[in-house]
Amino acid sequence: MQNDFFHMTGIVKQYQMGVELQTVLRGIDLTVNEGEFLSVLGPSGSGKSTLMNIIGCLDTPTEGEYILRGRNIGKLDAKQLARIRNQEIGFVFQSFQLLPRLDALRNVELPLIYGGLGEKQRMARAEEMLVRVGLQDKLHNRPNQLSGGQQQRVAIARALATNPSILLADEPTGALDQTTGRQVMKLFEEINREGRTIIMITHDLSIAQHARRIVRILDGVLLEGEEHNDQEDA
Amino acid sequence: MIKKTLSLWKESLRMSLANIWSSKMRSFLTVLGIVIGVTAIIALVTIMQSATSKVTQQFTAMGTGRLVVNASGTALKTGLTLDDLETIKSIQNVEGVSPSVSTTATVKSDNDWVKDVTIDGYNEMYFKRNAKLVDRGRELSSLDVDSKNRVALIDVTAQKQLFYGKDPIGQKVYIRGNEFMVIGVLSEADSSDVLAQAQDSTTDGGRIIVPYSTLMTLTGVRNISSLSVYVTDTAYTKQVEADLESVLKAAFNYKDNSYRIINMESLVSTMDTMLSMMTMLLVGIASIALLVGGIGIMNMMLVTVSERTTEIGLRKALGAEPGQIQLQFLIESIILSISGGIIGVIFGLTLSYIFSIIASLGFAISGSAIALGVGFSAAVGIVFGWAPARKASTLNPIDALRSV
Repeated sequence: MQNDFFHMTGIVKQYQMGVELQTVLRGIDLTVNEGEFLSVLGPSGSGKSTLMNIIGCLDTPTEGEYILRGRNIGKLDAKQLARIRNQEIGFVFQSFQLLPRLDALRNVELPLIYGGLGEKQRMARAEEMLVRVGLQDKLHNRPNQLSGGQQQRVAIARALATNPSILLADEPTGALDQTTGRQVMKLFEEINREGRTIIMITHDLSIAQHARRIVRILDGVLLEGEEHNDQEDA
Repeated sequence: MIKKTLSLWKESLRMSLANIWSSKMRSFLTVLGIVIGVTAIIALVTIMQSATSKVTQQFTAMGTGRLVVNASGTALKTGLTLDDLETIKSIQNVEGVSPSVSTTATVKSDNDWVKDVTIDGYNEMYFKRNAKLVDRGRELSSLDVDSKNRVALIDVTAQKQLFYGKDPIGQKVYIRGNEFMVIGVLSEADSSDVLAQAQDSTTDGGRIIVPYSTLMTLTGVRNISSLSVYVTDTAYTKQVEADLESVLKAAFNYKDNSYRIINMESLVSTMDTMLSMMTMLLVGIASIALLVGGIGIMNMMLVTVSERTTEIGLRKALGAEPGQIQLQFLIESIILSISGGIIGVIFGLTLSYIFSIIASLGFAISGSAIALGVGFSAAVGIVFGWAPARKASTLNPIDALRSV
């Protein structure tokens, strides 16, 4: 049965490295249901970043089909991809990627500007999101006035601002200590319980285990059947 | 859609200002080239404009609608006869003719005497067309001219030497032994007539105006070699000039170089063309500074783009379209160049104001010069910001994000 929400079949990605053609992804099939919390677990060089770029519509596959919310991503141009990234994908990066000159509120506002909302609505929405991640006291702090965990919360608030279909996280705890990392993962679980689909890419099994389902990637191939139910799933 | 575009512009503006502000020194050095270029252009245009308007004003004051004739004549006939004058007067659309006869003489009053006084002979037309010529007393009338009255108007220099501390009007002066009655004092600001000054080469003794007919009798001169022809309306100047030409040719038997007609209007327009050509040349030279400034901005924008590669990648990941990224960087470079332009306009105007005081020229803030300066700098911002902005917009978001 075709899944219109998120469906990948036979995704191949090749890069021209000098004279050599390097195949990074070798036929990925992946289906994600709405409301899932999925981890893609793999060591560095396994192709997981490339997969993330394709899931996040930052890159298009060389071969294969990627359907997201009924649209064939491979057939879209740069402008349409930008629209999809804005409306359907919320990115959370390892290094937070906050703009240092803007305060928390302005950082969260950023995707809403490209979404075309009026300023009043943008500020209201941004504030709502920061309250959601527990930073109601830090609205006007700049990134350098926030701890790592707080910065990642701002980034999560920003990712959720446009109410995307998928929260896409790339090593979200990679730059955090264990305690803070666990807090961020707790937040992820909460967000997932509210019904948001989360796809998280990591090399760390203990982090991956926070997800309800884990798929492993190795040498550009997904190892299927690695379903996982962690203890908190009860 | 409009709302979206508007908020995007606003955001781009805010980001650009923040970025420029966060590297003040670098931004300042970058726009310095633009500042210098625009300063030079504004100062040049403003100074040249006030110089042009001053020159034009002076020449216009000498009278448009006036043809000055120098008729030195031939060996057989020096100058024009009174009959010739009548012929000229009868040319269509000629309002009047003012002959000019000049000599120098020693002038006496009852108290004193002065050497080398310029004695100019004119008629009533001269006064009619040169307003504010007389400070006190009355002008020459046609009756004075026709009856060869011995009346005189004296200038301030002559007055001081001949009638120090006295009211000269009604007093007597003696020119070459002939008694004249002073009927008026010329105003000091008779300097508007540059050409007359040059012709008369007024000496230190001062200047006295008498009826030309009286002066001709006095000096024994029969013919007139200098006169002004006044046209009823400036629209007829060309026609009158042509007719005058044929009259003069006939009067001097078609001999070359027997006369010269100076048309004030064509003089003014020639002057105008010359000055505006000079302005254009100077602006062209100053534009080189603007070009160099533009390259400076381009350089800074390229540096900015590579410094902010990550930011660009992030914005793209958050949904910025290539065009939106391009717009942001273009706005930044335009803001840089326009602020340079505005500073340049201020400097340029200040400079030309100072110059106008030193050179005692008039100073007027010229709207076109400001528009030129700001417009030029904005154009520089667009032209030289285009390539860097384009580069930013085409950055691959993955590469951009990876460069952390």
